[in-house]
Amino acid sequence: MAEPARSIVVDPGLDETIKKLTPERIESTIKKVLTKEAAARLKVYMQTCVHCGLCAEACHFYLSHDKDPRFSPVGKVKQTLWEIVRKKGKVDGEFIKNCSRIAHTECNVCRRCSMYCPFGIDMAYLLLLVRRICAQLGVVPQYLQDTVNSHAVTLNQMWVKQDEWIDTLQWQEEDAQDEVKNARIPLDVEGAEIMYSVIGPEPKFLAQLLGNISMIMTVAGMDWTMPSFDGWDNSNMAMYSGDFETMARVERKHYEAAFKLKAKKIVMGECGHAFRGAVYDGSKWLSWKQSPVPVIHAIQFYYELIRDGKIKIGKKFEKPITVQDPCNVVRGRGLGEMLRYIMNAVCEDFRDVSPRFEHNYCCAAGGGVINCGPPWKKSRVEGNRVKAEQFKATGAEVVVTPCHNCHSGIEDIVDYYNLGMHVKFFSEILVEVMEIPEDMKAE
Amino acid sequence: MYELVSGPLVWISFIVFIGGSLYQLGSMLKLAKKDKVIYPYMSLKYGLRSIIHWIIPFASTNMRKRPVMTIMTFTFHICLVLTPILLLSHNILWYQSWKISWWTLPEATTDIMTVIVIAASIFFLMRRLVLSEVRFVTFPSDYLLLAIAAAPFLTGLVAYHQWLPYKTMLILHILSGEIMLIAIPFTRLSHMFYFFFTRAYMGSEFGAVRNSKDW
Ligand code: HEM
Ligand code: HEM
Ligand code: SF4
Ligand code: SF4
Ligand code: SF4
Repeated sequence: MAEPARSIVVDPGLDETIKKLTPERIESTIKKVLTKEAAARLKVYMQTCVHCGLCAEACHFYLSHDKDPRFSPVGKVKQTLWEIVRKKGKVDGEFIKNCSRIAHTECNVCRRCSMYCPFGIDMAYLLLLVRRICAQLGVVPQYLQDTVNSHAVTLNQMWVKQDEWIDTLQWQEEDAQDEVKNARIPLDVEGAEIMYSVIGPEPKFLAQLLGNISMIMTVAGMDWTMPSFDGWDNSNMAMYSGDFETMARVERKHYEAAFKLKAKKIVMGECGHAFRGAVYDGSKWLSWKQSPVPVIHAIQFYYELIRDGKIKIGKKFEKPITVQDPCNVVRGRGLGEMLRYIMNAVCEDFRDVSPRFEHNYCCAAGGGVINCGPPWKKSRVEGNRVKAEQFKATGAEVVVTPCHNCHSGIEDIVDYYNLGMHVKFFSEILVEVMEIPEDMKAE
Repeated sequence: MYELVSGPLVWISFIVFIGGSLYQLGSMLKLAKKDKVIYPYMSLKYGLRSIIHWIIPFASTNMRKRPVMTIMTFTFHICLVLTPILLLSHNILWYQSWKISWWTLPEATTDIMTVIVIAASIFFLMRRLVLSEVRFVTFPSDYLLLAIAAAPFLTGLVAYHQWLPYKTMLILHILSGEIMLIAIPFTRLSHMFYFFFTRAYMGSEFGAVRNSKDW
């Protein structure tokens, strides 16, 4: 069966960078990554995989491309890492470009496939190794590299300057006071119980989420603070480009902010990859087995607030509503039960998805794929037709996405497949339905 | 010829099989130190939990999604491992040379088990040829490995029934058995022992670290 030809995508991050590569540089970089950085997992995974193809149906890219084998997890590894190993690193620039395309834009490193391989082979890890090689060679989709550059220079993802950051917080504090008159966003309070951190795009594009958390924290009576200085951004695109040195700097700064504020724990906004970066990949690279300060994802935080009655729900949300289980906190942290608890607590008509929990399909935006920017949007959205079908089957009108990447990715899917749904963060529903005590209500 | 394959070569193949497997495991354990996450994350409880879910038929989601494959692969592997161990003629040979023997299955049963292994091998071969996701990742070596796994059963079957010249078939059978033993540590057939480690690691990462399930 001849597979349809791949459409050509122009991306200077790949097309221009490969022109500077020499065969020697490619070979020595590959050798360095495969022998100095990778060890037992690479060897054992390479030797154990029996090429059985049982992981194929785990991948939304494969399912959405009518079972085109080039999109199966093992198919992607075959086209990249197996070739690299077989040719002992003697590959050319075009090949590296194709590796980046596959590893950076056609895999969300969501690890669904490791639950379908009978050996539990971590294909996401292998594809991250491919990303690492590409990144070391400077071959990274341009938009993604730009976010990494921003991380490297400003320690946040969106080139936000400190004065803009503080301005945004103050503006959102004032906005929150329109609803909850004593709402605050306390800055740099040493010894606060909670340091709240968000991702770069919040101040940049979704500032109202900062107002929401101000209302929620105030109504719940939390002892919290946010840093006015670097370390407030917990997102981490360097983890996904393959620039692990920058990834580690970002995570270290994030934890240093918490140390400096002597916070007992970090509560983070609704983001999956940020949680993964802080708790797993970043901590690992920094030789911490676990995060040095407990990190609580928003789902768990809201769960605790609702369960303990710190937030009371008034009139529940009525429209039929469904949810996206974000891989990095459901498959990656087991928060699926809590997510259903809070959904049922705030909604009348919650319609669950199938498959769900750990088995949910990724949104196809995560793993840095959406950050590869407009050139890759079409391929990303077409790579997740199954997600559209899954949501459609619920008959819901609203989708809750407790993850930023999921949010943007699913908005694109809803749009492209004409699902006519609204995509919301959980906090947006929560501020709509929570009871604001009389003495806090703004006139 | 018969003396050679049934004497020194048997020794060599068992030594290579056992020695090679130990060597591979040893170097894996050493390399695992370099891979900094492995030892800290390994958990006996979650490792075993994962192995159990993947060693019992239909205990994992993917097995339930593919019932035919699941039945085929379990019967294939069970028969493949048990037949040579519980085979009467093998037992007699062990007794003749080492004076040890153990429980055996009736020959009619092992004969059927042999046929099952061959049938399942044909099924695997068809899968490889027909399913595009398998064909796409198939190399000539995959056919070779399947042949190495099936050959002792095919030749054993023919020898047992004496369908072809017995002596020749017996030599071929023993040779193919030896090839299989020697191939296990150095080819993808080493999944036989790596299975338990890859599963245990993934189970630990999912269970102990990520608080979720991997089946
Ligand atoms: C390495 C040394 C081996 C020796 C010396 C050996 C020897 C024999 C002998 C003498 C027979 C009996 C033939 C008859 O009944 O006349 C036999 C049958 C058989 N052997 Fe082996 N064998 C060896 C390895 C293996 C291996 C590695 C396997 C499979 C993994 C295997 C699978 C079988 C089977 C399935 C039969 C019986 C077939 C049937 O009853 O239909 N043998 N073997
Ligand atoms: C006893 C431990 C073993 C375990 C746990 C094990 C497990 C597996 C698993 C999980 C697969 C994946 C595909 C499938 O489900 O069929 C597989 C495939 C396979 N195994 Fe094993 N295996 C073991 C021993 C062996 C041995 C001793 C051999 C032969 C020497 C063997 C030969 C094969 C072959 C040929 C395939 C590939 C089938 C294909 O072509 O798709 N296995 N095994
Ligand atoms: S997108 Fe997810 S399921 Fe697909 S190959 Fe990557 S990690 Fe595996
Ligand atoms: S990764 Fe696992 S499921 Fe996929 S082909 Fe390899 S062994 Fe089979
Ligand atoms: S964006 Fe959401 S669904 Fe996609 S990988 Fe991240 S957490 Fe998973």
